Amino acid sequence: MTELLQRMIRKPQGVIGLTLLVALAILCLLGPWLAPYGPEKMDFLGRFRAPGWQNWLGADQFGRDVLSRLLSGARATVPMALAATLAGSAIGAVIGIGSAYLGGKSDEAIMRTNDAVMAIPGLLMALLLVSTLGNGAGNAVVAIALAFAPGMARVTRSVALAVRNQDYVKAAVARGEAAAHVIFREMLPNVMGPIIIEATIRVSFAVMLFATLSFLGLGAQPPASEWGLMVADARQYMHRAPWILIAPSAAIALSAIAFNLVGDALRDALNPRDDR
Amino acid sequence: MSFAWLLRRLLLMIYTVAIVCVLVFAITQALPADAAQTLLGENASPEALAAVRTRLGLDDPVWLQFVHWVARAVSGNFGVSMRTGLPVAPEMLTALSRSLLLAAGSLALTLLVAVPMGMFAALRQGRVADTATSVIAYLGVSLPEFVTATVLALLLTDIVPWLPATGYVSPLENIGLALRHLALPVLTVSVILVAHVMRMMRSETLDVLQSDYVRAARLKGLPERTVLVRHVMGNALLPVITIVALDVGYLLGGIIVIEEIFAIPGIGRALMIAITTRDLPSIQAGAMIMATTYAITNTLADVVYALLDRRIRYD
Repeated sequence: MTELLQRMIRKPQGVIGLTLLVALAILCLLGPWLAPYGPEKMDFLGRFRAPGWQNWLGADQFGRDVLSRLLSGARATVPMALAATLAGSAIGAVIGIGSAYLGGKSDEAIMRTNDAVMAIPGLLMALLLVSTLGNGAGNAVVAIALAFAPGMARVTRSVALAVRNQDYVKAAVARGEAAAHVIFREMLPNVMGPIIIEATIRVSFAVMLFATLSFLGLGAQPPASEWGLMVADARQYMHRAPWILIAPSAAIALSAIAFNLVGDALRDALNPRDDR
Repeated sequence: MSFAWLLRRLLLMIYTVAIVCVLVFAITQALPADAAQTLLGENASPEALAAVRTRLGLDDPVWLQFVHWVARAVSGNFGVSMRTGLPVAPEMLTALSRSLLLAAGSLALTLLVAVPMGMFAALRQGRVADTATSVIAYLGVSLPEFVTATVLALLLTDIVPWLPATGYVSPLENIGLALRHLALPVLTVSVILVAHVMRMMRSETLDVLQSDYVRAARLKGLPERTVLVRHVMGNALLPVITIVALDVGYLLGGIIVIEEIFAIPGIGRALMIAITTRDLPSIQAGAMIMATTYAITNTLADVVYALLDRRIRYD
């Protein structure tokens, strides 16, 4: 573990990524306590106040402190994206390993169907699912998870195919172990590496997708200070008070960048040969 | 490229569309809205509701509804919009044509910018210019479309005030005005796509630069310009085609947001309106048309790739 960390911080990208990630984790855990004001606290004299000593990142159309809203909004955004990615990766991993385990015609059939499902653009899929499940943060998470599953299934299967031919898996099958045992106890632990790398990079897409759904009014609902929702609210005042718009946009971008960089660094650290 | 391969590829495309049919129907079937109630309003009598349900086949078993729905969908009949009462398919196809105009413009601009930029970055590998373009590409990938779009709209409407921030004009009506309305959305979509395509072009160029035929071309004494344009660019472009085809799928998703922000009455916006008003036939038609468009572009990209790359044998 420490060796992996050392390898990850060999490049500046890894250092930046890990630093951002730690900062993000602190925001999610302690955000509301770090905030100078309450996220809903309105101040009608301070409407559209420019960034300054009173409101470090300015105030919005109700005089609410943008920094405080950002800090409390971290936990409305990032953990959601994490949950969606985790669930999607889990579903995808089971499909992918299962498909590789079954092999032959069933593998072909499952993967072709999987490819077909992947042909639906992610946002479209998420929109369709949310339209069925109803608006809301929880449903958006479910929709993103389901939209992610086919992609993860594909990545997992390609790794699992090689694992399927290893002697210890063949031995387990020959012992007459149940399919669930072979899939979860023998194959899953040996495909975790690539799954984790792929999942880390995908968290950045999940952050963006979740914020996009909220932006479109289908994810988190007002008055939550979810970042995508903050951007949506700020749009109509963007010429008058650009800081209300720029702060949450930057927060979304930095979180996405953090997971992207860490994912890339993980991949490089685990594949020492590929130096490009 | 053999005939059998082409046939299999086409069958795969049809299978994809079939799966999409099942998914779209299954998802919309589960929508908690009663179509008859939506059509007749709150105060409809139970008899009228029953009559409409029978007419629309809402009392049939689900599988029979699915068969009827597919049969009608294949002939291009997705029913009537619950919101406007007009047939859905023609409306959606008109919307699609507007989206395709936006997509085509963006793709053209993207290739025009990303290909030289990617090559340039590869030639300057490890130097400041390369790092700078990489950082820009990273930002492009890490920003959601709605952020890029809003920020660009904020910046550009200040810098070039004569560019309309939102709206759409058909190029058949007034070509100049149409182009001016398209400028901002096309620019936004391109900024996002350039990041993807540029990264791909850079890594492909790096690969090709190390190949034997590029060394041979240089040793032959060909001018550097000829080597770069004919040998390097030609070969590096090939895999980029695949990325561009994948980007079309991404584009179809991203276009929903872009059209929403710039108020372009394309397929993405039509779908958003359908979703927020729970207009079932429009949701089905919109989703089907988008997914089918993607399936077709993917197949086309594979075929073009196979035609261009004679080294790969498909059998």
